[in-house]
Amino acid sequence: MLERGLEEKYYVLNLGPQHPSTHGVLRVELQMEGEFIVKADPDIGYGHRGHEHMAENRTYLQFLPNLGRVDYLHALAYNQCYCMAVEKLLELKVPERAEFIRVITCELNRIASHLLWIGAYLLDLGAFTPFLYCFDDRENILDLLDRVTGSRLTYCYYRFGGVPRDVDDDFLAGCKAFARRLRSRYRDYENLVNKNVIFLERTKGIGIITPEQCVQYGLTGPMVRGSGIPYDIRKCEPYSVYPLFDFEIPVGSTGDVYDRYMVRYREMEQSLRIIEQAVDRIPAGPIMAEKVPKRIKPAPGEVYVAVEAARGEFGIFLVSQGETAPYRLKLRVPSFGNLSILPEIAVDTLVADLVAILGSIDVVVPEIDR
Amino acid sequence: MATTVQSVSIFGMIAGLIGVMALVAVNALFLIWMERKVSAHMQLRPGPMEVGWHGAIQTIADALKLLGKELITPREVDRPVYLAAPIVIFLPVLVSFLVIPFSQNLIIRDMNVGVLLILSFAALTVLAILMAGWASNNKYAVFGAIRSVAQNVAYEIPLLITLMSVILMVGSFRLTDIVAAQSRVWFILVQPVAFILYIICATAETNRAPFDLPEAESELVAGFHTEYSGMRFALFFLAEYTNMFIVAALATIFFLGGWRGPFLPGVIWFLIKVYAIIFLIMWFRWTFPRVRFDQLITLSWKILIPLSLANLIITAFVLKLV
Repeated sequence: MLERGLEEKYYVLNLGPQHPSTHGVLRVELQMEGEFIVKADPDIGYGHRGHEHMAENRTYLQFLPNLGRVDYLHALAYNQCYCMAVEKLLELKVPERAEFIRVITCELNRIASHLLWIGAYLLDLGAFTPFLYCFDDRENILDLLDRVTGSRLTYCYYRFGGVPRDVDDDFLAGCKAFARRLRSRYRDYENLVNKNVIFLERTKGIGIITPEQCVQYGLTGPMVRGSGIPYDIRKCEPYSVYPLFDFEIPVGSTGDVYDRYMVRYREMEQSLRIIEQAVDRIPAGPIMAEKVPKRIKPAPGEVYVAVEAARGEFGIFLVSQGETAPYRLKLRVPSFGNLSILPEIAVDTLVADLVAILGSIDVVVPEIDR
Repeated sequence: MATTVQSVSIFGMIAGLIGVMALVAVNALFLIWMERKVSAHMQLRPGPMEVGWHGAIQTIADALKLLGKELITPREVDRPVYLAAPIVIFLPVLVSFLVIPFSQNLIIRDMNVGVLLILSFAALTVLAILMAGWASNNKYAVFGAIRSVAQNVAYEIPLLITLMSVILMVGSFRLTDIVAAQSRVWFILVQPVAFILYIICATAETNRAPFDLPEAESELVAGFHTEYSGMRFALFFLAEYTNMFIVAALATIFFLGGWRGPFLPGVIWFLIKVYAIIFLIMWFRWTFPRVRFDQLITLSWKILIPLSLANLIITAFVLKLV
């Protein structure tokens, strides 16, 4: 009887796999006591597609479109990481103009990802209207990227050795116009969202992650920067032409949900700065490296390359045995590591807080399931 | 009038019933269209445009679609209670229309306890929500129901106390007397604090954002009506919009001088004021994020109730001095 009594003290609530706030097929099994969470257990794997295995059965080029489908929201960073890994194996030198184009498009994509996150996050908190304003701004980015990459979401734009298509002056002017436009929207976002009393009440002081926990759980991206650690691969292990540009890394102080929101919000401005500098200084020249082999068949070796994606460190570990297909390709996805802290910070919160915390982690579920 | 038993003709009753039903239906159709248009224009989009002029009869098309939907009854529900809940939520809403004065003469029954009648029947809505949530046998629905009960109990108290300060000034529960007392100046100018408190409580009472906890879609999917489909769902929807009309009508009667206004007939003025209040409530919904549940309860018990009590006491003092 006693045991039965203990069982009945808690009950299980399934948040997902079909729930408006899990943003994909993620299931969180919650042990509840009233509306308080005793234990939160994320259950992943509903959308497993076997990207890593697919890589072993395809040529290097055939695997490239898969990268845009791992994290569909910041696809270009994933493209870039894979291209950099293969280029490193092939010892290709990417022309400077191509690097500039990569940086501009990748940063545009980062802003689009953050805009979507901000909109969807406020939707989780019950504010519907900012969602459509964010999507309105994001639409401009999609139009710009559509112009150069030919697609609106699952981009597959970079190639080994450069980019296949050059950008025109209209695109560069469009980037500048977009920067002006987004800045003119800041006032609305600041006044209606960032200073909103209800928003502050909902986000301040919940889901606190200490810097020690960040290190223990291997968090990256805005999660770790929200806790005050200025870890950004673009600065710490610079790649591409990022060292040429002047930008800052926004960090939070307390590591709560609000800090993570503000980190992402302020990162958009830094990305705009990078884009503007890159547009001003983009050199003329080729966009494709010379001597790119027709058949990609790198010499045996292994390489690890990481980039700063919108959600954190995205890394690829690639082993070649001199075949036309990789021997092994391992994707290090940021959402997986970031989600792992959820059971720790979700304890003793309300369901409404769990939604706010889960949203602030910014998971892309296909990326976790791979 | 109410001291003597009124002779009620059968025709009068039927006419009143038909009138109320027509008003409820047309009002809900209009409000849903209005909400979609208001939200759309706040969100940089046109809203419904296809069916009728600027989508004017879009809601009729939606209602027809809902009528054609299968009524799904999940296997594990408590059938009698589950089936009764949509009807129970709708009845008290209808009764409230008995005493609302649309103009000097356009009132079904001018009772001397009009305010009490509306508020006591409004409290019944909680019962229906609790029935729906409990009978659905769904954890999210139970959550929604529990929240709804706690919320409505917490917010009915300041709502009543706020209205009491106006009733103190008038000295009558009769709604026509309250309107008549505003012949010189609207009570919104005399009792601005009470008006603000009333609007906050009314928003919470009708479960509208930012206090729409019982049906918070990002947490509870659809709250207490998760398991309802087709016309049963539509009845909950209808009741919500009719409730909005009633609280806005009360605000009009208590603070905005009811049907009083120059040139236009009284009923037109009444409706203009009611829909202005409803627009305000819609504006809240499309501007604010949702509060958390404990914050909602804290707001009521620690801020709204003391404030409304203070307002009542000050009103009483001033009345005594004058």
